[in-house]
Amino acid sequence: MANSSQAMEPSEEVLKDLHFRMVRIRHFEEEAGKLMEQGKSPGALHLYIGEEAVASGVMVHLSDQDQITSTHRGHGHLVAKGGEFKKMYAELYGRETGYNKGRGGSMHISNVDAGMLGANGIVAAGPPIAVGAAFSNKYLARIEGRDSMNVAVPFFGDGATNEGAFHEAANMAAIWKLPVVFICENNGFGEFTRQEDHQAISDIADRAAGYGMPGVICDGMDAVAVWEAAGEAIERARSGGGPTLVECKTYRYVDHVGLRGIGLNYRTDEELEEWKKRDPIEQHEKRLVEMGVMTEDEIQAVHDAVMADITESIEFAENSPLPDPADLLNDVYTPTAAS
Amino acid sequence: MTAAEAPAGRQLVYTLAITEGVRQALQEEPLAFMAGEDVAGAGSVFGIYRGLLDEFGPDRVIDTPISESGIIGLAVGAGATGLKPIVDIMFMDFIGECMDEIVNQLAKMRYMFGGKATLPVTVLTMSGAGMNLAAQHSQSLEAWLCHTPGLKVVMPATAYDVKGAIITAAREPNPVFVVMCKGLMALPGEVPEEPYTLPIGKAVVRREGDSLTIVAHGRMIHEATKAADILEGEGVSAEVIDPLWLQPLDTETIINSVSKTHNALVVHEAVRFGGVGAEIAAQIAELAFDYLDAPVGRVAAPFSPVPFSPVLEQTYVPNAERIAAEARQILGTG
Repeated sequence: MANSSQAMEPSEEVLKDLHFRMVRIRHFEEEAGKLMEQGKSPGALHLYIGEEAVASGVMVHLSDQDQITSTHRGHGHLVAKGGEFKKMYAELYGRETGYNKGRGGSMHISNVDAGMLGANGIVAAGPPIAVGAAFSNKYLARIEGRDSMNVAVPFFGDGATNEGAFHEAANMAAIWKLPVVFICENNGFGEFTRQEDHQAISDIADRAAGYGMPGVICDGMDAVAVWEAAGEAIERARSGGGPTLVECKTYRYVDHVGLRGIGLNYRTDEELEEWKKRDPIEQHEKRLVEMGVMTEDEIQAVHDAVMADITESIEFAENSPLPDPADLLNDVYTPTAAS
Repeated sequence: MTAAEAPAGRQLVYTLAITEGVRQALQEEPLAFMAGEDVAGAGSVFGIYRGLLDEFGPDRVIDTPISESGIIGLAVGAGATGLKPIVDIMFMDFIGECMDEIVNQLAKMRYMFGGKATLPVTVLTMSGAGMNLAAQHSQSLEAWLCHTPGLKVVMPATAYDVKGAIITAAREPNPVFVVMCKGLMALPGEVPEEPYTLPIGKAVVRREGDSLTIVAHGRMIHEATKAADILEGEGVSAEVIDPLWLQPLDTETIINSVSKTHNALVVHEAVRFGGVGAEIAAQIAELAFDYLDAPVGRVAAPFSPVPFSPVLEQTYVPNAERIAAEARQILGTG
């Protein structure tokens, strides 16, 4: 973990780390989308392409002891939290070698060992769970005599902030001053419904005032901006200062499901192209070159290495064993001696 | 140890047995905490948690906002990250406010994650009619929970069982709903002072008999026992079985009894249509059909909300007379 949240400017190490995480997400998602549309992987995928700066900018500040909850659009969060491609593609393929042994798939992909408490098929289900994790973090810090707490970070979209579960979670985190940082990925759409049609505010950070917590807005297309905003909020949460709502303004390049979408005209090509001009990876790569942090060759080498990992990981997934139908009922319950 | 084997001695009412169960669960497990609406300062609207705040302090006995989704979400998140949550949903009717957290999160997280999460969560909630609290504070919704893989459901109807159920649930690595009966709050019973558990998924034979099996749960156990007294006066020997655990259900004890008595009557306070009794009746029909002398009977609430007016509520909730009448129908003596 690169822990530079105290610094005003990100170190070279952090800048490279942000880039690496974003590139991993972008390529993972593009290839996953193709696999779905080629009918190679079952089910439906909600892809994170375009929003990479958010997960990456936050996750650089977190260790495996810090938890996140994710959304139906959750691959990017797991990739950014260090998810291994082999276990991720294997899960998308429904294989026994996947993170969830093929029981969860895209919408429930998780890695509890690294604090990733699951993608979630239910909008706004994550924030209450993150509040529970943060309660644990505070409780355990107390009984272990630690001042610094682990932090729980729920990711959720603009649409989720209209759910009651979000409201209950935000209120509870605030009254108990729990180490939570609420990361709202405002991509402008709840599925296919524009934000202006689903809520009467444009800045979701405004809602923070209703809970008595700070609300901040950052450019969700700029990994460094997210890194700065999230870093300050995470540091405050860690040291007992309570929760923050961070709104990251971002955009989903692909449709609600898959790469190609279903041909709805809920947005224009011009709008999409306008956002792509501020592509988080292109912007960041330009910065890296201008600052002399990385050369174009070095950047290309990162892409190549990630793609090689992906090729190998998809092969691993395709050659992995399927779950044994005899194991269908395993893990409904935790076994106990008594039962 | 079953209720029948409990040593004679100290008597506690149902409410105090609840308090003692939670107290001992918190005493024996430092990672356990209790949270819910007015559970701390007020000791719950039912008074069932009085004294716990004083003994364990505000870090472990916690008043929450009126936020049922938040409460179950708290339990899911805290349970999955190492704590042992005991949470209270004041009235069972309020689970409508948190069904996503119960059904889609708490119950499924372990399975969805390929067995890589553990949810040692206890949910305490108060069910049932009898206090004229009307349609939104009187329901028996246990069937909703029993229909959800991943949950365990126990419905204790004695002071002994309610304390044992709470300690059992608190020690379990799985989500357990302890569905308590508000109509039994003043019921006294023998309760040992030391902590004890109940065998999960094991029914209790409340009364032995040989000509009819009555399967009843929750408060209806007591009505079924009274019905058995009435029937005894008529020369009918009824066996009364309390499944106690509705999920997992002790089918074996029920089938063994029906195989012996050849007649079965299922009783509960919940609405008859789609109730747990429908599942029990179906299992009897599947597994003991050849033993049955008559169709399986059912006595349960009619298909309506719980009414307010005392005269209507009394009509709505099954009682010993109705159970005895149905028994006579089954036996052809009515």
